[in-house]
Formats: sequence, C-alpha cells, structure tokens
Amino acid sequence: MESQELISKEIADLQDSRPGLGQPLLDFAPYRSAVLRHPTKDPRPADPEGAELVAPVFGHSDVDPLEADLTIQSGQSGGEPIGERIVVTGRVVDGDGRPVRGQLVEIWQANAAGRYVHQRDQHPAPIDPHFTGLGRCLTDDDGGYRFTTIKPGPYPWRNHRNAWRPAHIHFSLFGTDFTQRLITQMYFPGDPLFALDPIYQSITDEAARARLVASYDHHLSEHEWLLGYRWDIVLTGSHATYVEPEDGDDD
Amino acid sequence: MTDLAADLAPTPGQTIGPFFHYALPYAHDRELVPPGRAGAVRLHGHVYDGAGNGVPDALVEIRHADPSGAVPAVEGSIRREGGAFTGWGRSTTDRTGRYWFSTLEPGPTRAGGAACFAVTVFARGLLNRLFTRVYVPGDDAALAAEPLLAGLPADERTRLVAVREPGGDLWFDVHLQGERETVFLSFPRHRDCT
Ligand SMILES: [Fe+3]
Repeated sequence: MESQELISKEIADLQDSRPGLGQPLLDFAPYRSAVLRHPTKDPRPADPEGAELVAPVFGHSDVDPLEADLTIQSGQSGGEPIGERIVVTGRVVDGDGRPVRGQLVEIWQANAAGRYVHQRDQHPAPIDPHFTGLGRCLTDDDGGYRFTTIKPGPYPWRNHRNAWRPAHIHFSLFGTDFTQRLITQMYFPGDPLFALDPIYQSITDEAARARLVASYDHHLSEHEWLLGYRWDIVLTGSHATYVEPEDGDDD
Repeated sequence: MTDLAADLAPTPGQTIGPFFHYALPYAHDRELVPPGRAGAVRLHGHVYDGAGNGVPDALVEIRHADPSGAVPAVEGSIRREGGAFTGWGRSTTDRTGRYWFSTLEPGPTRAGGAACFAVTVFARGLLNRLFTRVYVPGDDAALAAEPLLAGLPADERTRLVAVREPGGDLWFDVHLQGERETVFLSFPRHRDCT
C-alpha cells in the first residue's frame, strides 16, 4: 500500500495545479476510487426545464419528528448509545439567501467508535446496539434543521497505508429545484486529519473546504446534557422564478 | 465555519461514500408506481466505471413529469402507501451495477418538447453528484428540436435517449467514464461556484 507521504504529495501537486476550486475536483487520483469513476469531459451547459425546476416535495407523511433524534432509536429496548451526545443544527438556504422550507434533510454516520451499521464496514471497532446512525428531518419555516446525535469517531479506510477519515456526518439535501440536489459531509472543528484526507482535500480552495466544518456553539450546549454544533448549508441558486410569499409582513 | 450573512458561496459536495445503504434506501424507493400496475414502465440499466465494470455502490435518483406533462409537487415519496404519484424516486445499484425504477412514462412539459427524466448520480469514488437526462424515445420531431440534443455530436445524442425494449420498458446505461461516457450537465447557477 502507498504511503501517506505519497498521497500528501499528490494532493499538494493537484492543489497547486488547480487552485481555488469551490467544489471537489472529480479527477482527483489521491482518492484512489475516483480514478475510474470521474467523467473526463466537462459537463455540458444546459438550461433547466420541466421537472428540473421543481424539487421533490416531502412532508409530514414522509418523516416522523422522532427521526431527528438518533439517540432514541433503540426504542422499547431502552439504553443510551455510547459517546458524546451532541446537537447539530443550522439553516439550509439557497444561493440567494432564501430559506429552503419544509424540505428533507437526511444524515448518516459512524458511531462513537468509528463503526457504521453496514455489512461492508469491517473496521474492528464495536457496533453500538443502541445506535444506528441515521436520521431524517424536515426544515422549518426559517430553513432550520436540528439533529440530536452522538459525535462520530474517525475511522480507517483502505485508500492508502494508515489512511483515516476525519470524523464526519454525511448529509443529503434538496433545494427548491432539482438542480440544487446536494450530498456532502460535515466535519468537526480542529480535526488533525484534515490535511491528510484526500476526500476533504479534493476541494482545492481552502475557504471552500472550511465551509464543510461545523462550529462549536456554546449557546447550543445544554447543561449536563450535550454539546452544540452549528452548521449552515448554502445550496446553489434556484433557477425557478421566485414568488415572494404573502405573509402580511407590513413593517 | 460559516457566516451566512457574509458568505453565500455554496457548500461544496462530497462523495456519498460506501456506507449509505443502511440510510438512504427505503421500502418502495424505486417504485413510483407499483410494478405491474396499468401504465407502469420500467426504466433500468447499469452504472459503469471507466473499465466497463458495473458500479455496485452507486445511487440513482429520477425526477420527472407525469404522462400529461405535469410535474407533481406532492409529498409521499418516502411512505408511498398513500398512492400519490410523486414524480421522484431513488434506486441503489446492485452487485452488478444495475438500477431500476417502476414509474409512469413522462409526457413533454411543454408543447412540442421532448419528454425526459431528470437524473442525478452518486457513487463511492465520485466526489460530487452528476446530473444528466434520459430522453424518452419515439417522438423524433421533438427530439430533433430539443436544444440540448441538437448541440451534441450524433453519438452523444443517441446515448441520451433511452432504448425501448420489446416489452415496452426503457433501458439506459450510465457510463461515468470511457468511450461511451454519458453526457453530464451543468446548469447556469452551478457555474456560480466553481
Ligand atoms: Fe463516512
């Protein structure tokens, strides 16, 4: 297996040759699985139309409010998951700053030991019988989302020798039109693994990478209960014609 | 860290990774209508990598109009028991890279337009989502007049149109890379952020 030094050299070379990219460079060989899975041609510019202008709609028939609390999923069997209880909250807005209301947010993550409840995860760390690590919620009228969960652990992977992913939560998001669809990962501040991780470093602009990192917010922490993280998400702009909501706001 | 007031630059994407299978799929996720129902059509195919191997850990989502050309904006995609046609679905690929949907065939959303499925593709190893379209075959005049298709070389144009199978189903393969690489799309607002 290749060394971290080699991977880090490849990362540095690519960041030097393609600086300032706000989205991941798809042709990013330090992430070895990308080699055969990235398109070689630039995407073709197209004008969105029809179904592309209308995001799918989700509602209260689709999502139970309890799905936003990942610490209570063992249900009747009782028992608390192991780890550091946290809340992760923020707003989903579009590229013009408008809140994305009533829309689906899905998350999945490893447990505190860095283990997923997934048959392909062979990391020899314990599975937590009281934690599945998946959640859903709908954004509120301000675009706000909120999950109660456990801080995930970093985990090893086989990209190269001694490769470890920084701790992260996977997020799946929809906007108001289909072209805003986004799947990404939220990271925790100060992680020493950032510099070594080819997935995080595939975004060659440093400021853009920092947008994936939540901030610790002491106002969100709760006395003798949990720690609070804030992470806001900005989707690309909507292409649909925007209609101002009539909310009787006459100040 | 994010400060929304100062910075409306879009949040970057990241790969879906290998471990989404216990989180994103759900019962009937790919059955926009139950298979076998009158009018149900199967849209299916494989997702291939640059070596021509099926991608077993991809996720495909579709969004499309109903047969009348109207785009549904109703809830019920996750709990489909209500029976509403939502025009949105999600399919993982299997060990061979195959995805499938059971749905209604979309109609054109404007007079004279070409009917199509809007598609997003995610996979382990793919660092950000890809957008493409699957056009419904049959209306040659509408396909010839479609602006996106008209701007493509013949081979790329052909590959964006699904193949009608003898039983009526629609077949469409996604090639992430290689000689038959799928035409992927960017939309105007995506270019704000690269
Ligand atoms: Fe992960």
